[in-house]
Amino acid sequence: MQGVGPAVCLGNDIDTDLIIAGRYLRTKDRSVWAEHVFEDLDPALAGRLSGAIIVAGRNMGCGSSREQAVVALREAGVVGVVAESFARIFFRNAVNVGLPVIEASVACTDGVRVAFDLDAGWVEVDGERYPARPLSAKMVAILRAGGLVPYWRSSR
Amino acid sequence: MSTLSERILGAPAGAYVDHEVDIAFAHDGTGILTREALREMGVDRLPHPGRLRLIFDHIVPANTGTTATLQAELRGYARASGIDLSDAGGGICHQVMSEGVVRPGMVVVGADSHTCTLGALGAFATGVGATDMAAIWASGATWFRVPETIAVNLTGRLDGPAEAKDVALAYVAKLGMEGATYRALEFVGDGAPGISMDGRLTLCNMAVETGAKAGMFYADAVAVRHLAEHGVAASPQAVEESRYEQEIEIDLAGIVPLVAVPHRVDTVREAEEVAGTEIDQVFVGTCTNGRYEDLARFARIVRGKQVAVRTLVVPASRAVLLRAIATGVLADIVGAGCMVAPPGCGPCLGAHEGVMGEGEVCLSTANRNFRNRMGVGAEIYLSSVATAAASALAGVIAVPEAV
Repeated sequence: MQGVGPAVCLGNDIDTDLIIAGRYLRTKDRSVWAEHVFEDLDPALAGRLSGAIIVAGRNMGCGSSREQAVVALREAGVVGVVAESFARIFFRNAVNVGLPVIEASVACTDGVRVAFDLDAGWVEVDGERYPARPLSAKMVAILRAGGLVPYWRSSR
Repeated sequence: MSTLSERILGAPAGAYVDHEVDIAFAHDGTGILTREALREMGVDRLPHPGRLRLIFDHIVPANTGTTATLQAELRGYARASGIDLSDAGGGICHQVMSEGVVRPGMVVVGADSHTCTLGALGAFATGVGATDMAAIWASGATWFRVPETIAVNLTGRLDGPAEAKDVALAYVAKLGMEGATYRALEFVGDGAPGISMDGRLTLCNMAVETGAKAGMFYADAVAVRHLAEHGVAASPQAVEESRYEQEIEIDLAGIVPLVAVPHRVDTVREAEEVAGTEIDQVFVGTCTNGRYEDLARFARIVRGKQVAVRTLVVPASRAVLLRAIATGVLADIVGAGCMVAPPGCGPCLGAHEGVMGEGEVCLSTANRNFRNRMGVGAEIYLSSVATAAASALAGVIAVPEAV
């Protein structure tokens, strides 16, 4: 499983409230979450996410279990999220909605080319290749299916 | 030699296991996505409805027509599927589940990050996302990675005005916001048995603020008595000598009132250091500190006086509210000039009922002070109930006296 796109660099401890605020949760309309993604962190970010790869620091996605956070990123067109470490519910949610997550410690500059290969276990930032921590076989299978819902349907 | 997590999940730390779940719950916020995922999965029959719960707590009563419509849809789904529903006003999911539903040794999943609260009853309880929950409702099981365990060794006894919340802030500060990611915390040591059930729920509640998957106490006489009060017979869990990945020490006697300052839960100061900080609102409640013991402590401090700043008190459940009515605690709180809202999460997540304005400051007994969480441009300080009560009376952050 591979992806490529320009980097959007974020810091440490990006919580899910910052990804999508509590006031936007009461809807089933996923476009609302994509529209308001990162609004309380930097309203300009939403416009840069389509086709991009987020590169964050430590503890990405901490806080609330809200799955709307990973759906917002996916609906905004994010190709994958690279982080030095992830909060566990965010990590599991991302896989479940088919959003690739890559645990790797990398240097980031906004806009540089990022590429990843989950099967081979690497991520490349601005031509520099870094090792990525491997996912469990089940997680890779769920991601490959496009998330837990399609995985469930295909395995019945 | 097994930790509580290893014993309950039946495998050593690091192993991946598929395990049946005993209780799987969602709330009005996450339940709607779980319902959507089940629809997309094509699941129309749930094999174990008796294990499932829906609890309306996040925005109750509904704040808008959209919210009301979503809740109505979920209410109809619960009825049609045979899922037990605790409707608006029943209380916060974790509190309702602690009142005789969750028992020692159970495997519990909740579509809410603070599900770790329920480890206070000797259960393995952890938060999952809404789609994970859909697969669990459809199958009755899920996969877990058995966590390594960090022991939080409690020694001595709490003294003076300090309470369990101060201990929680102390261990969060010690471990940091990701110090326990993917780990379980076990609260052990000679100080553990002396912590009340309400205090244990507070301590386990904040485990996720260190990234932990679970926070647990052994079920002992205190837990057995708590369950008996809710009509459930249970036995204590035998304490085993366990192999921990890491141990941290907390001397309870040395704990003083603490405050987490904006915007990180692990940036903790002694209340003394931030005393005098101006505040616009005090909020007492949530799955961290909305229990009876908390309301009673708050009432004891404000009784017969008047708060100097707008103060909102939200009981964690109907059972808590009824008890506070019966004992006069509620009259003391209302008499002191506080507002009381129906049982639920209140303004903790910034969606309704006490949202803060730009530049305003809230002193809250909740568990998260993330930037903008309770309102764009607002600041959140987190404290114990006693500190919140003293501050409500003073109109600025104040250090509580021993009660």
